Amino acid sequence: MALLEIRNIETYYGPVAAIRGVSLDVEEGKIVTLLGGNGAGKTTLLRTISGIVDPQKGTVAFAGAMIQGADPDAIVLKGIAHVPEGREVFPFLSVRDNLRMGAYTRRDPDGVAKDLELVFGYFPILRERAELAASQLSGGQQQMLAIGRAVMARPKLMLLDEPSLGLSPLLVKQIFGIVQRINREQGVSVLLVEQNARMALQVADFGYVLELGRIVMENTAAKLMESEDVSEAYLGNKQQGVRGERRWRRKKQWR
Amino acid sequence: MLIIQLAINGIAVGCIYALVALGLVLIYKATEAVNFAQGDLMMLGAFFALTFISFGGLPFWVGLALAIIGMAAVGMIMERLVLRPILGQPQFAVIMVTIGVGFILRSGATMIPGWGTSSQALPTPFSNQTLDVAGLVMAQEHLAIIGATVILCALLYGFFRHTRFGIAMQAASQNQLAAAYMGIPIKRVSAATWAIAAAVAALGGVLLAPIALVEANMGFVVLKAFPAAVLGGFASLPGAVIGGVVIGLIEVFSGRYISDTARNLAPFVVLLAVLVIRPEGLFAEPKKRRA
Repeated sequence: MALLEIRNIETYYGPVAAIRGVSLDVEEGKIVTLLGGNGAGKTTLLRTISGIVDPQKGTVAFAGAMIQGADPDAIVLKGIAHVPEGREVFPFLSVRDNLRMGAYTRRDPDGVAKDLELVFGYFPILRERAELAASQLSGGQQQMLAIGRAVMARPKLMLLDEPSLGLSPLLVKQIFGIVQRINREQGVSVLLVEQNARMALQVADFGYVLELGRIVMENTAAKLMESEDVSEAYLGNKQQGVRGERRWRRKKQWR
Repeated sequence: MLIIQLAINGIAVGCIYALVALGLVLIYKATEAVNFAQGDLMMLGAFFALTFISFGGLPFWVGLALAIIGMAAVGMIMERLVLRPILGQPQFAVIMVTIGVGFILRSGATMIPGWGTSSQALPTPFSNQTLDVAGLVMAQEHLAIIGATVILCALLYGFFRHTRFGIAMQAASQNQLAAAYMGIPIKRVSAATWAIAAAVAALGGVLLAPIALVEANMGFVVLKAFPAAVLGGFASLPGAVIGGVVIGLIEVFSGRYISDTARNLAPFVVLLAVLVIRPEGLFAEPKKRRA
């Protein structure tokens, strides 16, 4: 049984269906990536998992328990930490207090203190700036803080929403490297939402492609990397001539 | 000597404004809406104390504690009944609701037997007593106001800076969505905010009682708390306190040295001046990078 099993989830924003029957699995200890363009429903899916929005239909099973429709704090307690899109740090709290807030649901002060050291180990810059307000950090540092804050919850599963957004390629590489280390060293499974498909497929074990609220493709990351459709639509390897045109039509037919 | 005397009066009056402004700022930071019922919560707190102490015959300190606890409960009930249902609605809706609640409290108070429409004195241990220090004659009620405000500020500072729940309240006011992601219980934070704002109002009401009498319209003091809050930037708790004291000082000194009518005028001249020259207030926090 997978750590996270999503079955036939449908989520609406008012009358608009953002997720139209999605099923996916995250196996324990793996990095799974969810690719897709703007408006595909990636962020909504993550929000549905962490209980910010409730699904109309379908089930979310985490570590064997049904969590769909539960309150966000109950879901954090179960072991799911969310690194939101756009970092969403607490701008006027110190870096240290931001990290402590990540551990809000925990009741073991010694463990929290230990994990604070752990996070400072992964992101030494955060130790240097521990007493600064989070708004004084650069974008990349804020992303590190957002990830560190999630680690502070000591999660079994981390939901990462577009960590590469607005960062330099070098910084993206560095952050993805640390995510991989956290995954291996702490045994944290990761569900990674990305538009930067190349980077995501390099670190992921398995991938799904989401379009207009539906899963249109799923395979191992290596296979997806080779797939011509993904290659063209998300890696920017445009093919010339009639063949490329046909492929574009094939992509259209997913909808 | 006269100047020191006036300054103490001004600070004492300013502390009352500061307490009301504190409540306004607390609610503003949590809901981004102005709570027009803050003054009426203060009035209700004073009537609670009056009921416990004058009618119930309880000792002053017990009555004060009960009034504060009672008002905290009122704040929580108010949040649950009228504010949580409109969570997520435009701020305009929140403002209209608080105006409505204010009217209901004010009119409701006059209908309760014993409270009524007349003004009543609340006996306190420091009413009509003075303290002479080195030729200064200070009203004890003024000193009590200043002392209580200082203690309250210290308590609030400790709470918001050093307790887990206090920091979580700050976090929720800075970024509610992120706070929800962290598992901070947003609903409980909202209830606690209203409870604290109402409890602070109760303390303000009891402190105001010896110098202004208890009556249904005493909540209009909130009109002086607005300039205080704006002066402080409307989103800063220390700013609200300093703004309150500044407004109090301006009021007392302009009343003494310009004319008695200037007393009520000066705070609003200051308000307009602040809005024109430095609209973010004197103690505003830096602008958020991202909403």
